[in-house]
Amino acid sequence: MQILQLKDTVNFMSYRKIAMVFSALLMIASVISLATNKLNFGLDFTGGTLIEVGFQEAADLEKIRGVMKTNGFDDAKVQLYGSSRDVVIRLGLREDVKAEMLGNEVLAILESGSGQKVDMRRIEFVGASVGDELAEQGGLAMLTALICILIYVAFRFEWRFAVGSVVALFHDVLLTLGLFSVLQLEFDLTVLAAILAVIGYSLNDTIVVSDRIRENFRKIRNSESEEVINISLTQTLSRTFITSITTLLVLAALFFQGGALIHGFATALLFGVFVGTYSSIYVASLVALGLGISREDLIPEVIEKEGADQEAMMP
Amino acid sequence: MLNKYPLWKTLMVAMVVAFGALYATPNLYGESPAVQVSGLRGVEADTATLDRIRAQLEKNKLTFDSIALENGQVLTRFSNTEDQLKARDVLDDNLGKQFSVALNLTPNTPEWLAAIGGTPMKKGLDLSGGVSFLIEVNMKEAINKAKTGMVSDFRGDLRNEKIRYRSVKESNDAVNVVFRKIEDLEAAQSLLKKRYRDLLLTTDDDKLMLTAKMTKQKIKVIREYALEQNITIIRNRVNELGVAEPLVQRQGKKHIVIELPGVQDTATAKEILSATATIEFRLVDTEGDLSNALNGRVPANSILLRDKDGKPSLLKKRVMLTGDHITDAKSGFDEYSRPQVNISLDSAGGSKMSSGTKSNIGKPMATVFIEYKTTDKKDAEGNLIFEKHQEIISIATIQSRLGKSFRITGAGSPAEAHNLALLLRAGALVAPIAIVEERTVGPTLGAENVRLGFEAILMGFGLVFIFMMIYYRAFGVVANLALGANLVLIVGIMSLIPGATLTLPGMAGIVLTVGMAVDANVLIFERIREEIREGKTIQQAIHQGYDAAFSTIIDANITTLIAALILFAIGTGPVKGFAITLSIGIITSMFTSVVGTRAVVNAIWGGKRLDKLPI
Repeated sequence: MQILQLKDTVNFMSYRKIAMVFSALLMIASVISLATNKLNFGLDFTGGTLIEVGFQEAADLEKIRGVMKTNGFDDAKVQLYGSSRDVVIRLGLREDVKAEMLGNEVLAILESGSGQKVDMRRIEFVGASVGDELAEQGGLAMLTALICILIYVAFRFEWRFAVGSVVALFHDVLLTLGLFSVLQLEFDLTVLAAILAVIGYSLNDTIVVSDRIRENFRKIRNSESEEVINISLTQTLSRTFITSITTLLVLAALFFQGGALIHGFATALLFGVFVGTYSSIYVASLVALGLGISREDLIPEVIEKEGADQEAMMP
Repeated sequence: MLNKYPLWKTLMVAMVVAFGALYATPNLYGESPAVQVSGLRGVEADTATLDRIRAQLEKNKLTFDSIALENGQVLTRFSNTEDQLKARDVLDDNLGKQFSVALNLTPNTPEWLAAIGGTPMKKGLDLSGGVSFLIEVNMKEAINKAKTGMVSDFRGDLRNEKIRYRSVKESNDAVNVVFRKIEDLEAAQSLLKKRYRDLLLTTDDDKLMLTAKMTKQKIKVIREYALEQNITIIRNRVNELGVAEPLVQRQGKKHIVIELPGVQDTATAKEILSATATIEFRLVDTEGDLSNALNGRVPANSILLRDKDGKPSLLKKRVMLTGDHITDAKSGFDEYSRPQVNISLDSAGGSKMSSGTKSNIGKPMATVFIEYKTTDKKDAEGNLIFEKHQEIISIATIQSRLGKSFRITGAGSPAEAHNLALLLRAGALVAPIAIVEERTVGPTLGAENVRLGFEAILMGFGLVFIFMMIYYRAFGVVANLALGANLVLIVGIMSLIPGATLTLPGMAGIVLTVGMAVDANVLIFERIREEIREGKTIQQAIHQGYDAAFSTIIDANITTLIAALILFAIGTGPVKGFAITLSIGIITSMFTSVVGTRAVVNAIWGGKRLDKLPI
């Protein structure tokens, strides 16, 4: 079976102005949203207490809010979680009581207040210092990942590709963060993990394309850089689509089947894979082209040695 | 010949997959409820314990599947949780204090598999239910304690060498000793220099002052010691709690992770873990004027403390004995049925106590309870600020010379006496700690997470399976075989690595790997199709397809691996689980989708004259 049967080379680069404007607009929108709406940081980063309980019947949120209020928890945020019987209660950090005892206390209040037996599903307490540290570490991890990848790609390919792929990664991460900011989805540790996985995925795509571009620069002698990139993108397009499809398929399985705890994770990856596919076609190669990539950069004077290496790899 | 694998290579692929399958099989046998009895404080469960347990269970007509002695623990398996819970209660009541009885889920791995090291994957707390804590150790207090120790050491040294001094005091980050004469200062300097290589000594001749500062090395040693010592003590306390397979592990420079699988009643666990309680014995200052002290004029060698009801007393500053010498503590009742705590000391503590009380018979002695509480405020360096909370438990007249064992009363209710005994037994923490993070997962959510994760894996796998079969036909089936082998290898390796834990995000990682692992095959197959379109022969196309795609696959996977490893380095708990499955999945998928599929493709289509490929 064949989804894409392309006879002619698709002139991807002729749409580059539109793509650039499109990407730039989305990135600006993301930055604006991040600056104004901020991210809706989850408990992992803000600190506080979260209690998830399961009721036997559909939960009456108003009643629960009332119970919490009469017991002095004015700041309690009560929400349904996943189903009508699951309720999540969030409390901010407080100074007056032993914070780590709060979860058990709330549980007791709910049992007596609702008159139902309440099933404790989870209690999470994160102190203020931990959240700060985590935010710092998370940011650091993303930077380290980007730098390590920049070094690896620069070492394996060429600095223009490296810059191109890192710009593409930055683009993907920024847009995913932007989505979470615009929709005010909760940003917790699993989402951070998903974003690092998006980095991995998007890079995967970018490398496949860059690899083909490098190969074609060696093979096709009398063409413009733009033409070579178009040919390469066309050749890899079918693979790009199919891999995106299989990945989106499993992510859809996670999104619909993985439960509420995995929702944020699946959302970030679903969106990230979309953007990652787009960015590997447009952002990475556009940047490389913009930086003036040409055959000479990829086939330096040591051409024979490179060729020899290539031979050695194909016995 | 083109596209023929030598036999050894095909065999190697088969062996690797078989090996993975072998170590993945323990996961198929499930688990059964069990009760685990282990000894506390050096006591080991032995065959006699086993017989006692058997007798107790038979007496109470509880049927069990098996009973065995393993690594100093007696493990009894039951066919249902009802019997398990009953047995726990029976044993808890009858075995006595030197054993801890814990509920456990034991894998039903057959003996021959267990003998070659086969175990099922370890499930994270988000799947098994339980509680995890992150604990921060207050390093500032550890260093302060060391400074206080320096002060008394210096005093002793100088006194022994008959060097006269005016004062020994702690300052901000050092200890200052002031002398009367320059000769004393010099003598002290040479003495202390010889004795304490890890201190920086500086002198101020005008002020006749010697300043001793700890070297960076020494501070590091103190911090390490505080962390290690606290881990040991917390481990003791966790054992007292009676939890099967608890985990106590250091994390970074000042944190300790504690995982208690299956624990639901977190309140008690927290009380016991975070209590930094210890006791000290001090003589009561009978000469000092209490009313003056209450007005703020506390005598230089005394401190003012209160008891539970707020009644103040003046105590000597010098501590007669600290809680670290306690080897055992039991709660009970005295002859007036008041709760009491019987205390046993080590030999050094015994002689300290006896020399301390010898000359003070007839004088009152106070037992002081000390606890550090967190304030949730932080200092400039981001460390939590702790408050030292001291309370007099009891003041009693020393009737006779005390030795290695004695008792204290006044600890409050029987329950409080019991808790105090437990804490004293488990040892006092070297530096105060605070729980900075807690995650509790209930058993229902845990079971639900397992189900959801499992379903997501099956569904994702099924979707990709169908897609690949339709799109690449026979080659798609080969890719699916590789995908299945990959899944088996991931499970096998996860079961084999002792530290690897399966979490919900970890299961998500497996799902993601399934989706991304086929990428290698997609790359190869697309390339083969391309080569065929360009007019190459079938065998050449297969050969070229695999070879040309190879370096791309390596590059693409290595970069993803970099991201996964970084995630592993910074992530904790569930997220680390994701990084683990993702990393393992990337490595195994490279093997199965490149080497594995090639073996199958070569075996079926390789080296033959073919006009068409089912791709």
